[in-house]
Amino acid sequence: MASGPVGLPQPEAEDIKAVPVRHPGRWVASAVVLVIAVAAVRSVVTNQRFGWGHVGHYLFTSQVLHGVLVTLELTAGAQVLGVVLGVLLAVMRLSANPLISGAGWLYVWFFRGTPVLAQVLFWYNIAALYPVFHLGIPFGPSFISFNANSISAFLVLVLALGLNEGAYMSEIVRAGIISVDEGQNEAALSLGMTRLQTMRRIVLPQAMRVVIPPTGNETISMLKTTSLAFAVGTIADLLTTASRIYDNNFLVQPLLIVASLWYLAITSVLYVGQYYLERYYARGSSRELPLTPWQRVRRGIFSAQHDQIAMVPVAFERHEGGE
Amino acid sequence: MAEPMVRAESVHKRFGRLEVLRGITLEVGRGEVMCIIGPSGSGKSTFLRTINHLEKINRGRLWVDGSLVGYVQRGDRLHELHDREVARSRAEIGMVFQRFNLFPHKTALENVIEAPRLVRNVPKAQAIQEATDLLNRVGLSDKRDSYPSQLSGGQQQRVAIARALAMKPKLMLFDEPTSALDPELVGDVLDVMRDLARDGMTMVVVTHEMGFAREVADKLVFMDGGVIVEAGDPREVLSNPQHERTRAFLSKVL
Repeated sequence: MASGPVGLPQPEAEDIKAVPVRHPGRWVASAVVLVIAVAAVRSVVTNQRFGWGHVGHYLFTSQVLHGVLVTLELTAGAQVLGVVLGVLLAVMRLSANPLISGAGWLYVWFFRGTPVLAQVLFWYNIAALYPVFHLGIPFGPSFISFNANSISAFLVLVLALGLNEGAYMSEIVRAGIISVDEGQNEAALSLGMTRLQTMRRIVLPQAMRVVIPPTGNETISMLKTTSLAFAVGTIADLLTTASRIYDNNFLVQPLLIVASLWYLAITSVLYVGQYYLERYYARGSSRELPLTPWQRVRRGIFSAQHDQIAMVPVAFERHEGGE
Repeated sequence: MAEPMVRAESVHKRFGRLEVLRGITLEVGRGEVMCIIGPSGSGKSTFLRTINHLEKINRGRLWVDGSLVGYVQRGDRLHELHDREVARSRAEIGMVFQRFNLFPHKTALENVIEAPRLVRNVPKAQAIQEATDLLNRVGLSDKRDSYPSQLSGGQQQRVAIARALAMKPKLMLFDEPTSALDPELVGDVLDVMRDLARDGMTMVVVTHEMGFAREVADKLVFMDGGVIVEAGDPREVLSNPQHERTRAFLSKVL
């Protein structure tokens, strides 16, 4: 036993084995939750009117599957349009030119301030306002013109939802951009990058960490907002398809459950996608990324064979290599 | 006489009503090391940032390697340079920041190759080769795949120096490069800077490291209140300051 720097002996210490604090309140709360859960499950299973047999029957019919596909297409189209518009509007709002930033602000103000259902119905009836569209110079020649009635209802809905989404996405992207430290801008500029290169290569990739969680939220929200197709009536998305079926056979609840199960399933897949996207853009932000569930499983199997406990890799030593 | 690398003539800078630089006139010769010292708020960092046009000057003239910084003169009028032209002249001037400002989403190697690849279109293999040599030179060859968050402050600052050197600059600006470091890590960064000076790099260094200034600098400038109070040979200024203000400052830091 060596003598310490202050001259005292430095004895070995034992691990602490303390009696943990008891939480009787938690036991009571757990019991209440359990009773409610059992009651709910029992009711759902035994109530014949849920029509679980019908749910199982309609879940994978080709008509419903087609509705799922249409819903996915609507979601993807509108969300992609929203993200592209959102980046554009965010950059506009950060512009030094008051006309450009003002135009961005006005767009966001308008589209966030009116109900999305009203916007969908407005665009769907746009032909009443502009029967024919002309693209050209004001008071000058027109280059392209097309009949407003020739645009499909599907495309109108994608445009309506995407234009609305752009307003929300722009706020999310703007928050991401201003969350990046100003020193990053200066470092990139001092290396001779132009402002566009700095935005594209340095600022936006770092903004992604802040942008992705709320964008995942928006995408999940968009998935369900596409059900506003119901108001238009001519697009066979998931919910409209379900309603068309129950209009004929009056199995309202089973078909709403079929639609809901699909919405839940797609949302769950989106969760997984978001998890991996977040992981990708988190690189460099923490010393060591946590394992994905899949990596955990594989590591668990591997170490079980060797009768060892699965170990998370040791966090990087900050002053490793000795400075 | 050869054109100096940096020539400042009565440089003024205002932030709103606040006059940060009130007439800075100086020259930095080729291969020279100039250290700028002074209390905080004296304008020394702002002046450094005007040299690569991160700050626009309001009055006076500033030349780097014979060309005006941020402007071009046609007749008797000054025209602002386009973003792309400013970028091109900045690419020739390296800068190292107090808070490192490494790109956190890129590894040490990626930090170093980013600008040569993007700005100079250097082929990838060549950029990686040069970056590896530079990381070697700053003593970090084993850290090329580490992210900044996995490096100590001193290691990050040496990567930042390698990143600036990757553009093969003709002038290096250092903005208090060791002020954010633990005392035991300062030495490694100063060693790298000392080597750089020995190799003939022209350097302007804003610093509080008086030992470094005394040993490495060819010129020492003491700034206060946006003006140069005293300038000259570092040993001379540090051991025998002529102005009361310089004496008061040095008595607190030495």
